[in-house]
Amino acid sequence: MTSLHYLVLAPFITALIVPFLYKWFRKVHTGWFVLILPITLFVYLLQYLPVGGERLEPLQLEVPWVPSLGINFTIYLDGLSLLFALLITGIGALVVLYSIYYIANKKDEPLNNFYVYLLMFMGAMLGVVLSDNLIVIYVFWELTSLASSLLIAYWFHKEKSRYGAQKSMLITVTGGFSMLAGFSLLYVMTNSFSIRVIVDHAGEIVNSPLFIPAMLLILLGAFTKSAQFPFHIWLPDAMEAPTPVSAYLHSATMVKAGIYLVARLTPVFGGTAQWFWIITAFGLVTLTWGSVSAVRQKDLKAILAYSTISQLGLIMSLLGMGSAALHYDIADEYKIYSIAVMAAVFHLINHATFKGALFMAVGIVDHETGTRDIRKLGGLMSLMPVTFTISLIGLASMAGLPPFNGFLSKEMFFAGVLEISSLEIFNVRTLGLLLPVIAWLASIFTFVYCAIMLFKTFLGKHQPEKLEKKAHEAPVGMLISPIILVSLVVIIGLFPNILAYTVIEPAMQSILPNLSGTDPFYVNIYHWHGFNTELFMTIGVVLFGVLIYKNLSRWQQTAFFLKERDPLNAVYDSGLDGLVAGSQRVTNMQMTGLLRDYFMFMIVFMVALLGWAFIRFDALAFDFVNVAEISPYLWIITFVLIAAVISIPFIGHRITAIVAVGVVGFLIALLFVVLRAPDLALTQLLVETVMVVLFLLCFYHLPELRKEKFTPRFKITNLIISIGVGVIVTLTAFSAHAMRHGKASWVESISQYFIENSKPLAGGYNMVNVILVDFRGFDTMLEIVVLGIAALGVVTLIKLRMKGGEDV
Amino acid sequence: MKTNFLLLHTITRIVTFIILSFSIFLFFAGHNNPGGGFIGGLMTAAALLLLYISFDMKTIKVVLPFDYSKIIAVGLLIAIGTGLNSLFHGDAFLTQYFDYFDVPVLGEIELTTALPFDLGVYLVVVAVALLTIITIAEDDA
Repeated sequence: MTSLHYLVLAPFITALIVPFLYKWFRKVHTGWFVLILPITLFVYLLQYLPVGGERLEPLQLEVPWVPSLGINFTIYLDGLSLLFALLITGIGALVVLYSIYYIANKKDEPLNNFYVYLLMFMGAMLGVVLSDNLIVIYVFWELTSLASSLLIAYWFHKEKSRYGAQKSMLITVTGGFSMLAGFSLLYVMTNSFSIRVIVDHAGEIVNSPLFIPAMLLILLGAFTKSAQFPFHIWLPDAMEAPTPVSAYLHSATMVKAGIYLVARLTPVFGGTAQWFWIITAFGLVTLTWGSVSAVRQKDLKAILAYSTISQLGLIMSLLGMGSAALHYDIADEYKIYSIAVMAAVFHLINHATFKGALFMAVGIVDHETGTRDIRKLGGLMSLMPVTFTISLIGLASMAGLPPFNGFLSKEMFFAGVLEISSLEIFNVRTLGLLLPVIAWLASIFTFVYCAIMLFKTFLGKHQPEKLEKKAHEAPVGMLISPIILVSLVVIIGLFPNILAYTVIEPAMQSILPNLSGTDPFYVNIYHWHGFNTELFMTIGVVLFGVLIYKNLSRWQQTAFFLKERDPLNAVYDSGLDGLVAGSQRVTNMQMTGLLRDYFMFMIVFMVALLGWAFIRFDALAFDFVNVAEISPYLWIITFVLIAAVISIPFIGHRITAIVAVGVVGFLIALLFVVLRAPDLALTQLLVETVMVVLFLLCFYHLPELRKEKFTPRFKITNLIISIGVGVIVTLTAFSAHAMRHGKASWVESISQYFIENSKPLAGGYNMVNVILVDFRGFDTMLEIVVLGIAALGVVTLIKLRMKGGEDV
Repeated sequence: MKTNFLLLHTITRIVTFIILSFSIFLFFAGHNNPGGGFIGGLMTAAALLLLYISFDMKTIKVVLPFDYSKIIAVGLLIAIGTGLNSLFHGDAFLTQYFDYFDVPVLGEIELTTALPFDLGVYLVVVAVALLTIITIAEDDA
């Protein structure tokens, strides 16, 4: 165990202590104790940053967990995981600080739950990004799903919280399972769970028939977690969580786990057309769908949720496009395409900063006014100047306006899209022209919803009568975290290159490892590119955005804008209801509660199974070679037996039926006599006698046989089934006989042994009895135990009857 | 009107002894001829059942004051006991032994541990058959 292992485990250990701190120090807000941890971890992680031009050497530290299965808790720290770990701990610290002021230290507020879940999430997330072993990643991945659901349902008395938690759980865990399947396929291909080893085998994987299934399964996991279309529907419902949770999980960290996975596995799958197209297409669809849906929302957090979906789509599509760089082996050309990867990493950082700030600002508005509905808000600019400033910067950055960091990543996004559309691989030619158009349209909608958020909340007329509280500025403590985040937005916007060498470049090296071997990436981000296409596209975005916003009042009356819920929710809801209803229907159809039906299922299955076995193994055989002579006695007994058996179902009187059954029993005894089995015949006679007495005793108390009316169809079904049973059993007997005496006569009978040894070894001439008490005495012993249990059962059933009202 | 079962009672008295004797014969004959614990037990049960059918329950209870559930236990213990016996002799569970002895009056006879085992079977079968039938017959609920 190294310090980095403890870094991953530290949040879990702290989570163990939190309830005690909560109990012992009721006066102090528990958040203050928790706050120490992410700050420490953040500062600790900073030391790994490469400073002064040197390259980040990846660290690999292994601790065996289940070595026999190749599962090891291996920490792998490179540029990509360092970037994510810094985001997790850094934003984690800010969120904890914010939550101290957001969730008041009240008696009825279960703070210990909140911080335990949050720490669990933080540890799990660190585990996901720092692990090298796929199974360990999967374990932490599911822990994040679990912690996320717990946090969404933090106010579990609200029905919508529970609905959102269930939805996110179902969707992300479905994806998680499919991801596990994908990981297993990777293991099948490479015989290792270690990502490092798998990356080394990337060349073989591409040629494997399991390549496509593994890729699709893993992508399903990544897409569900990162809220890509059409799995994005859980994210807006997850907004029922407390705002610090939304800011942390549902904008900055957890939803980027899918992004992380895609980036991490780009060296494995990237460079192929399938990977390129699937990720790019899903990313662009998500980008457009999210930005268009965000415009329709009336709830501030819902707008931010759809905006997150859209931005995640943007990053995802950039990663998809960037993977094209891996297609080239020659050193020079790839650099043009790797700009997309650079944009992805850069936007990832930017999005975490401004989206975190925006969520916190929305939380402040909610906290101080009591509502998040944009129809009730307005004119808060003068009342909440600091929050307004934070929102203004955050929204401007999100809309992609200079001089903030969003502008830079948007420019790079456009540059990437334009590069890709001129690409000459993967049949981009015709479809490629669509990419810039889609990206541009989505950017316009992004601009529009940013404008809506800003103007509807902070400008316009103040409506104090609609608000639950008297609006005023938030306490200082609540403002610290968003201020730090927007400062980062401005700083990164003004001096983007401070991140270039320390963070972005190492991360790019991790995503595109085999390209960085010769010389490091040249990352240089600057504002002014001259009058190029990207700039004109941005100008177009602003112009059209303003135009649409100006005409928004006209558009808002259309059905498209009035419909707030995502239409895909209907698919999910009816799918879930249909699943429940469908399984109920299947159960009702099958579990009728009628013993008759269950017998039918069992018998039909048995007949079908035996019939199938006959066909499958060609087992149907007849062989009459070793058949004995049939004596006249046997013929007579058999015919009477058949007649007696057939008569039983037609007898309408119970006692008569018992007598008929008795006849069958005595005939069988006679059969034993003819077939020379005196012991059996004696036993059969006596048992039959005792049984008839017993039957008569019991049935004396029963009512007359009821004449039941059955439909002909029911009767015919029963007839067919019983004939089927008879036929199949007869065929089995014939085949067994043929097998024994015919082609497979290797089956030796052991009876010869008993014939020879019954006298010398056991001292008896009655072979049947010797077998019963000597050779196979154990069977007899257990049989008399069975008899004893049966008799005691009868006594218990009859004697120990409970009085009315008594219960077990 | 009280029915007089004189004929039945008289015959039952005689027949029961014949059947009981026959059942004991079957039990001892088992090792070398058709018969054995199971058949003997059933035959004894049949004889006693005849008694139960012919006479009323109270009388028979005085004549045969057995607790059949205890007899089941005793029978099982005897059967398991023969098995444990072979364990003490260092053989596998339920190994049976036999030998020939010279008895003054009867001449050479064969004695085997299978016989106590069969006795266990016999007791269990008798008790089970009677216990079941009597319990059901006595039930008046």
